[in-house]
Amino acid sequence: MLGRLSWDAIPFNEPLPLFSAVVVIIVILAVLATVTVKGWWPYLWREWLTSVDHKRIGAMYIVLGLVMLLRGFADAIMMRTQQAIAVGDAQGYLPPDHYDQIFSAHGTIMIFFVAMPLVIGLMNFVVPLQLGVRDVAFPVLNSVSFWLTAAGALLINLSLVIGNFARTSWWNYPPLSELAFSPDVGVDYYLWSLQISGIGTLLTGINFVTTILKLRAPGMTYFRMPVFCWTALAANLLIVAAFPILTATFVMLLLDRYLGMHFFTNEAGGNQMMYANLFWAWGHPEVYILILPAFGVFSEVVATFSGKGLFSYRSMVWATLGICVLSFTVWLHHFFTMGAGADVNAFFGIMSSIIAVPTGVKVFNWLFTMFRGRIVFTTPMLFAVGFMVTFVIGGLTGVLLAVPPVNFVIHNSAFLVAHFHNVIIGGVVFGALAGIQYWFPKAFGFTLDERLGKASFWCWLIGFYLAFVPLYVLGLLGMTRRLQHISDPSWQPWLLVAEVGAIVIFCGILCQIAQLYVSIRTRERRLDLTGDPWNGRTLEWSTSSPPPAYNFAVLPNVETIDAFWHMKRTGRAPVKPAYEAIEMPRNSPAGFVTAFFAVVMGFSLIWQIWWLAILGFLAAITVVLIAGWSIEREHEISAAEVAQMERAQLR
Amino acid sequence: MTIATIDRAPTAVPTELARGRGGGGPAPKRIVVAYGFWIFILSDMIMFSALFAAYAVLRGNTAGGPTGAELFNLRSVFIETMCLLLSSYTCGLGALSAERRRPAFFLIFGALTFVLGAAFLFIEASEFAHLVEKGAGPSRSGFLSAFFTLVGMHGAHVASGLIALVYLVAQVIANGLGAAVLRRLLCWSLFWHALDIVWVGVFTLVYLMGAP
Amino acid sequence: MSGSDRLFEDRSPGVEEHEPTASYLSYTVGLGLAIVATIASFVVAQTNLLWAPGVPVGLIVLAFAQIGVHLVFFLQLGSGADHTNNILALAFGMLIVFLVITGSVWIIANLNSNMMPMSMH
Repeated sequence: MLGRLSWDAIPFNEPLPLFSAVVVIIVILAVLATVTVKGWWPYLWREWLTSVDHKRIGAMYIVLGLVMLLRGFADAIMMRTQQAIAVGDAQGYLPPDHYDQIFSAHGTIMIFFVAMPLVIGLMNFVVPLQLGVRDVAFPVLNSVSFWLTAAGALLINLSLVIGNFARTSWWNYPPLSELAFSPDVGVDYYLWSLQISGIGTLLTGINFVTTILKLRAPGMTYFRMPVFCWTALAANLLIVAAFPILTATFVMLLLDRYLGMHFFTNEAGGNQMMYANLFWAWGHPEVYILILPAFGVFSEVVATFSGKGLFSYRSMVWATLGICVLSFTVWLHHFFTMGAGADVNAFFGIMSSIIAVPTGVKVFNWLFTMFRGRIVFTTPMLFAVGFMVTFVIGGLTGVLLAVPPVNFVIHNSAFLVAHFHNVIIGGVVFGALAGIQYWFPKAFGFTLDERLGKASFWCWLIGFYLAFVPLYVLGLLGMTRRLQHISDPSWQPWLLVAEVGAIVIFCGILCQIAQLYVSIRTRERRLDLTGDPWNGRTLEWSTSSPPPAYNFAVLPNVETIDAFWHMKRTGRAPVKPAYEAIEMPRNSPAGFVTAFFAVVMGFSLIWQIWWLAILGFLAAITVVLIAGWSIEREHEISAAEVAQMERAQLR
Repeated sequence: MTIATIDRAPTAVPTELARGRGGGGPAPKRIVVAYGFWIFILSDMIMFSALFAAYAVLRGNTAGGPTGAELFNLRSVFIETMCLLLSSYTCGLGALSAERRRPAFFLIFGALTFVLGAAFLFIEASEFAHLVEKGAGPSRSGFLSAFFTLVGMHGAHVASGLIALVYLVAQVIANGLGAAVLRRLLCWSLFWHALDIVWVGVFTLVYLMGAP
Repeated sequence: MSGSDRLFEDRSPGVEEHEPTASYLSYTVGLGLAIVATIASFVVAQTNLLWAPGVPVGLIVLAFAQIGVHLVFFLQLGSGADHTNNILALAFGMLIVFLVITGSVWIIANLNSNMMPMSMH
């Protein structure tokens, strides 16, 4: 009746997971209780859960990413602590079985449920506003995308409470991930959670490619688009191209586990190396999906806070597109040591070095943008400068790793761990944090506290170096990654420094939480009344903060790059007085309900409760069919209402 | 009074910006929907390419079991291929009828498309059943896993397409050939032609190159 | 409505903009060509018409021909300025398909050849 599910699934006899599970459940129940008692459900349902507005969806993505950052970071600090104390005779506090689940969950959550949502959330909020249009191409699909991502996040967190997570790392290589060696539900949690959120991500890719290529304000030719939109286009092209590979790969592994097939098994003709090959054919474009929008954020931030247009817009665009295409020609550098031989390794090693060139072009463009500019060191600009130093170092270690003979020495060592955290934290995280600081006033109508913002930046920067420079050293000293116990006591001082670094980063996170709290409390004193708190250059700053649901009462006529800057300089009023009625898409519960049934289906498949899985699947399909039947999906805002809203903002 | 929608700019735009340089403002809904679906189809092609790659790599891993040459019946593959190709043709004629607002012809061609597609699936299902009976099921070897998954994934797409066709025909019968339904039919026919394109790859690379 | 539609010159794949007779003709010609190419594939594969080592190449050429027929005659994909987005998207997709398949085959072939010889199996 209930498949493999039984009371044994709950970790009553394991204190650490039990404690974490109880804490998480209490927090969730407390939040739900507060919302119920205060009567917020109708508001939440109407304004957020069923919203198809890209601005709301973007905000929800970022909230999801930040919440999951706390979970992923908890995993990180547990690992750091274990490595700092489990040296020599000491065994630490995390048995190997738990440690393996923790590093697997850490990687999976950070990539799929922190970095991706943060980046996609920023693109969601900003791109339609920068393009001068009212929403994305497929607003209901956008809502479905978000809720499917949240469904995946929910499933992964369920593994903490019911059952266990995979012990196979965030790559989930066979044969370890095959049924013979991972018979429990952990790998199934990983696979179904990522398949479900993967559908959401793919739909986002389709949505944004279509939006950027087919929906722009009149006069906005391709070469008048803001650079953030170009990087968003490149990232979404990569999503469309890469995620299907991951989907297919997980389908094959699921077929092995559920139907006894032999794609990647040890026996009967499976080929495990094919999994690694296909996984990284997705995996390398994935990291470019993460970093390209961050590059876009920095292009916007550096230009705005240097008071100058971006240096060499065209080379920026070509560099972005170059990175986009080249990212599909380097994936083997993730498995040089798997034994493909010198010819293959040489080709991919050379391509991996070549892909550093367009990134170098971008860095020089940012530097030249700053040169002779009037620089204002706000929090986003601090993150930009911190990014330029930190990311370049990380990129250099990447080029080092791209040399196959060197890679043979340091593959899978702590050096590698330091490298990718270097580029991900220095690049993606700093970019996301900068973007959040930069666009927060636009989204919510008040600015964030600058002092706490700067404090969090310095904690992140110093904490990052303290936490990861020791790992570079340790890698060169011979320490591999994913160690639950350290046998060489000479490594401990370095690991202790790394632990301190993690604590400093934690202080940075605390500063951000404090910043949110303080800013919300004092928001009346820091209202953004002009809509343009930073003297911005692009169209989103021409709207009020927050923008009305329809973004622009009249779509702007674009004549140059940096359209808003041009409007300000030529004294053009950003709004024409002749209003027309506007049709906006209606809210839809389709996303939320589909995701609900996706969770039911995923959970049932994991625990092999077949009847419930079928029901969940049929219910999800039914929702899609019902949503696909409707014709009247828009509601009209009359010209009078528009005029009234615009007048209210202009007071 | 004109109504401004997400996809229509009420102001006039110089035509030299419209052509080729992308300055024409937001595109009409039909273009937006068709392009989005085209991108989805390309992503589906890439998903199939991963399965093709897996097949190419595993085709020799027969683990002492039967090979493609021993199993494939090219006569039924030819009949399947003709069924699917003809269904693409009738699909095209159905799309033309729909655009020209001739519901009767649309329904006839839709029915023909369904029958041909169902015939394809019937032949394929029989082939699969026969193979499983012979002990050459997907769990026999890596080669057979890859074969059943690649061909079966295509078949699952065909089956979904047939279900979607019934659903869309129901919409036409209930609501007539309005703009929204026409957009959905356009997407459906893109999907159906794309499946025939994938099938060209399948029968060439799997069946024709696998048989002696 | 069709006035402002004309301003946006994009074409979408699958949309027939010609006159009625021209488009029925397009589909019928496409069907004819596709049938010919399909039969040719089966003949090439099963008879000695083509020099044996050339059979795979011949099959691939015929496959591309059939796919081309589908794209041009069924999906109405053209080469005009209004089709640029569609062609670019297709080209990008085909590039990725090519990289994934040939890249994987090349990599795995090299990996397989470097595997240790298997003992009794």
